[in-house]
Amino acid sequence: MNFANAFTPAKLQEAWEIFCNDFPLALWETLYVTILATLFAIVIGLPLGMILVAGEEGGILPMPKWLMKCLNVVINLLRSIPFLILIVMVIPLTRMIIGTSVGTVASIVPLVVAAFPFVARLVESSLREVNPNIIETAQSMGATPVQILLHVMLPEAVPSLINNFTLAITTIMGYTAMSGAIGGGGLGKIAIMIGYNRYRYAVLYLAVIVLVILVQMFQSLGTRLATKCDKRLKK
Amino acid sequence: MIELKNLTKTFTTADGPVDALKHVNLTINGGDIYGIIGMSGAGKSTLVRCINMLERPTEGSVLLDGRNLGAMNEKQLREVRHRITMIFQGFNLLMQRTCLKNVTLPLRISGMKKAEAEKRGMELLNMVGLPDKANAYPAQLSGGQQQRVAIARALATDPQVLLCDEATSALDPKTTHAILELIRDINRKLGITVIVITHQMSVVQEICNRVAILEHGEVVEEGEVSEVFSNPRADATRNLVYPEMADSAISDKHGQRVRIIFNGAIAAKDPLLARMAIKCGIAASIIGASTRSVGDKAYGYMLLEIPGGPNELATAVNFLRETPNVSVQVEVDYAAKEVDA
Repeated sequence: MNFANAFTPAKLQEAWEIFCNDFPLALWETLYVTILATLFAIVIGLPLGMILVAGEEGGILPMPKWLMKCLNVVINLLRSIPFLILIVMVIPLTRMIIGTSVGTVASIVPLVVAAFPFVARLVESSLREVNPNIIETAQSMGATPVQILLHVMLPEAVPSLINNFTLAITTIMGYTAMSGAIGGGGLGKIAIMIGYNRYRYAVLYLAVIVLVILVQMFQSLGTRLATKCDKRLKK
Repeated sequence: MIELKNLTKTFTTADGPVDALKHVNLTINGGDIYGIIGMSGAGKSTLVRCINMLERPTEGSVLLDGRNLGAMNEKQLREVRHRITMIFQGFNLLMQRTCLKNVTLPLRISGMKKAEAEKRGMELLNMVGLPDKANAYPAQLSGGQQQRVAIARALATDPQVLLCDEATSALDPKTTHAILELIRDINRKLGITVIVITHQMSVVQEICNRVAILEHGEVVEEGEVSEVFSNPRADATRNLVYPEMADSAISDKHGQRVRIIFNGAIAAKDPLLARMAIKCGIAASIIGASTRSVGDKAYGYMLLEIPGGPNELATAVNFLRETPNVSVQVEVDYAAKEVDA
């Protein structure tokens, strides 16, 4: 490996060409995979997080203990499997849903499987931040458990949920780069396949820089949105 | 009318069972502003939460117009909670919702259409004096204004009973006064029974007509406010009515003491202690003194130390008891059991 040779004018010229030709598609792939995977993860994780809080002993809608125990075990299990191994393990599931286990679209399945337990935990922590006195107040008004969840807990948790979903989207974007290593498309694939494997370090760095900029963008957007939504802050 | 019968609540904690309420019996008549007062940890909050079954009592029953709340299922209870509403020390408004949305929440929960609920919400905000804050968020309001919004919210479902759990404890004296005025207004105009839970005697003094004193989960005294104030029998009551007395009494536990409570107007014209010194030769020292006005009457209170032995004490007590409008209580030792003279 010779880093000095990686940044000669010729190499940089080559990297620039790759950047212009291949990056737009890769960027698009990274974006849609990230956004779709996050959406699906929220669709599954949000109700699960609500059940984790409402269903526990002493919660607003206590559920059977064995059910809660199972739910917690499954979530912890999925959270503890390294993502690279998870990708391989869910191949049968991916085939079943998408029809193939390779390609950009197929990489969404392992991403969702890896992300929904994470999102469920994030939703859980957001809902636990809701002032318990406000929940008691809703009970004193004669609200049903479902009404408390929908009319009180979720609205009160919105700023915190936005912050946590931002965290989820940036984490999932990191995962997409990993799935790029084994057949998924996107910036991860460019960085590994075209950059690292073929000694084009300039390409590798360019891909990383674009990823960093993307994460920064999502993060500052999310933070701004959460602050704007939070009516606790006097304006 | 609300009747609490033999209400007992036991919490199981890591250190064993804790009795938060012990056999509480109270009757609260329709239209009353009923005070329940006690120090921190006396069981006030548990008691008020048992009234609307936020806490299920371990034993005993709560009757609202003869209907036993403890025997109801969750659905019936939710219905009853539209009739018994509550305001809190911390206001407990939804911080992410406008004032109007907060007020209409109980209506929306009970299934009222949005437009109708908002019309009613505006009426209620008008009633509590905040019609211009409909679209403001709670964080933009002062504590007193937030409590007004909470009161509007509590009134939304036309309740029969309003429970106030330390509703003014987080407010300054001036705002407290304004909120109490509002509560009294509501009681008079709408005929809503109000139950006020507080640790502040001044709150009871200002708006309640009846009061119960709670100590260690038990009702130690109950009655008309003026009666309880002018003649506090239980130690807990005295500590609450004259808190400054409790401090001076604790500082020195020895000696023979006499508490006297008298009509202030008469006391001003009567040099009682000077007369006692001249007539009986007993030079009592004043450990503490205070006055309180209850309703339109003034009450004075004095804690005296009587020098000498039991004979001097008996002479002093006899002298004081002969004076009209004075009630006398003797404490030979603060720690010892108290004897009514």
